[in-house]
Amino acid sequence: MKVVVCVKQIPDPATPYTLEEDTAWLVRPDDQVLDDTDRYGVEMGLQIADAHEGTVTLVSMGPSGNAQGIRQALAMGADKAVIIEDDALRGSDALTTAKALAAAIAAEGFDLVIAGTESTDGYSGVIPQMLAELLDAPALTYATKVDTDGTDVTINRQTLAGYDVVQSSLPAVVSVTAGVVEPRYPTFKGIMDAKKKPVETKSVSDLGFDAAVGQTVKSVADAPERAAGRKIEDEGEAFSEIVALLEDRKVI
Amino acid sequence: MADIWVFVEEVDGVPSTLSLELLTKARELGDVTAIYLGSNEGAFSTLGEYGANAVLHADAGDRLPSGPVAAALADKAAADSPSLIIFGQAYTDRDIAGRLSTKLGRGVLSNASDVRLTDSGVETDHEIFGGSQIATAAMDGDTHIVLVRPKSFAAEPFDGGAPSVVGLDLPDVGASEATVTETHVEEREGPQLGDANVVVAGGRGLGAAESFDMVERIAKPLGAATGATRAIVDAGWVPYAKQVGQTGKTVKPDVYIAAGISGAMQHLVGMKDSATIIAINKDPDAPIFSVADLGVVGDVHKVLPQLIEALENR
Repeated sequence: MKVVVCVKQIPDPATPYTLEEDTAWLVRPDDQVLDDTDRYGVEMGLQIADAHEGTVTLVSMGPSGNAQGIRQALAMGADKAVIIEDDALRGSDALTTAKALAAAIAAEGFDLVIAGTESTDGYSGVIPQMLAELLDAPALTYATKVDTDGTDVTINRQTLAGYDVVQSSLPAVVSVTAGVVEPRYPTFKGIMDAKKKPVETKSVSDLGFDAAVGQTVKSVADAPERAAGRKIEDEGEAFSEIVALLEDRKVI
Repeated sequence: MADIWVFVEEVDGVPSTLSLELLTKARELGDVTAIYLGSNEGAFSTLGEYGANAVLHADAGDRLPSGPVAAALADKAAADSPSLIIFGQAYTDRDIAGRLSTKLGRGVLSNASDVRLTDSGVETDHEIFGGSQIATAAMDGDTHIVLVRPKSFAAEPFDGGAPSVVGLDLPDVGASEATVTETHVEEREGPQLGDANVVVAGGRGLGAAESFDMVERIAKPLGAATGATRAIVDAGWVPYAKQVGQTGKTVKPDVYIAAGISGAMQHLVGMKDSATIIAINKDPDAPIFSVADLGVVGDVHKVLPQLIEALENR
């Protein structure tokens, strides 16, 4: 079975994010990390590939930098990676990003595409659905559980009220929530092997799709600040201040 | 008048709260058509009360709605050219909006906190960096697709009359078809996280999964819903449904109690508009204190048990 997992390198969320002055695009340093939420998709892909004599190909779009985020996912056990990188894709919106990913996925061939529900730096939250439309496949989204017998795929789909069990035939696109599986930590051998695994870079012209973007950022301004509150050190009685405030707000 | 379509999802047999917020906003912008996905025809009058002049009614039955509904809407939108199609930043909304955007070849403006029609197209506001800054995005042309974050607008009924109703036929979508084989409604104690007046939430500062029990014991006497940060959802301490933040739920309760939460950007954006915020964290420099009305610098394992005792003894 051919499993493709979409992954993204993002600036380390523990560092402050900044925007480029004239475009308001996110500044992306050479040193980026694997989006933490992608570890769940990679793990899911590896488990399914293991059970069905499959392969796991990573597909990613964005400035590769030193590609250490991609190597993190390869170190978990993925077989190879394709990075779509092109200056023409800077400032892409969700639709252009989805076109790029879909073109690369179609070129690789797939039975199952796995993605997170949204990235941590852009969080448009619609890429898996767009991929499904572009690849003429169902989008089984917000999965908290995924099973496949190689012909059909069945998921538990998170809903507002609980969850639905949703089923389709393969090929399909599945988006997974955090917690769907427990991601493995790369082993030392995995990290060493990852250095030798193939990482291919493709441009817009390699893939042949329309990279035009319809959206622009007009301005960025500071949000109104919240009035500063009180900060107290607990010396054994702070709980009574909390109780007093809850009384004042009439919730007790 | 501009033609505004609003996607409305049925939850527990009635239009979702988020949908009613969107209808309320939409009637400021133009003539409103609600796209109602659900089986309860009794809901049409509610849609009218919140501003819909017309209803496009779709019932997907046991089909996963995203493929068929997006296909039907794409045809209808190509024929009618509405100015704006508004969805909520919610599960099924995102599924349909993503597919519809692709079909129409029109981008999606995602995570908007406000939306305005302009002479040349549409403008949307987006809270970035934990809500510390607002980015304004623009798109030219017609038939814009916008996803709006929950709680961006208040839901307010007005004296709207009964809307006209047209059925939306859902086409076969071939290879994109999927089936809902079972539906599970999870038993909940207390109020829904998104609608609760009081929310008590826990983060990594609790130290261990078992300590989330303290959050629940504070919530109970307050009639509060419990929430969590992404860190402890990812760690498997609590289910995804409890996640508050950018990639989880947006809440705006009267009182939000943050226990052992440092206040990462991704969390702040989901709760910083709460009327009153109380934070307990041992790190005096934690960002959560920048939004807290009452910040307690202290150990949750000391403060929370005292608070539980005080609340339970009332």
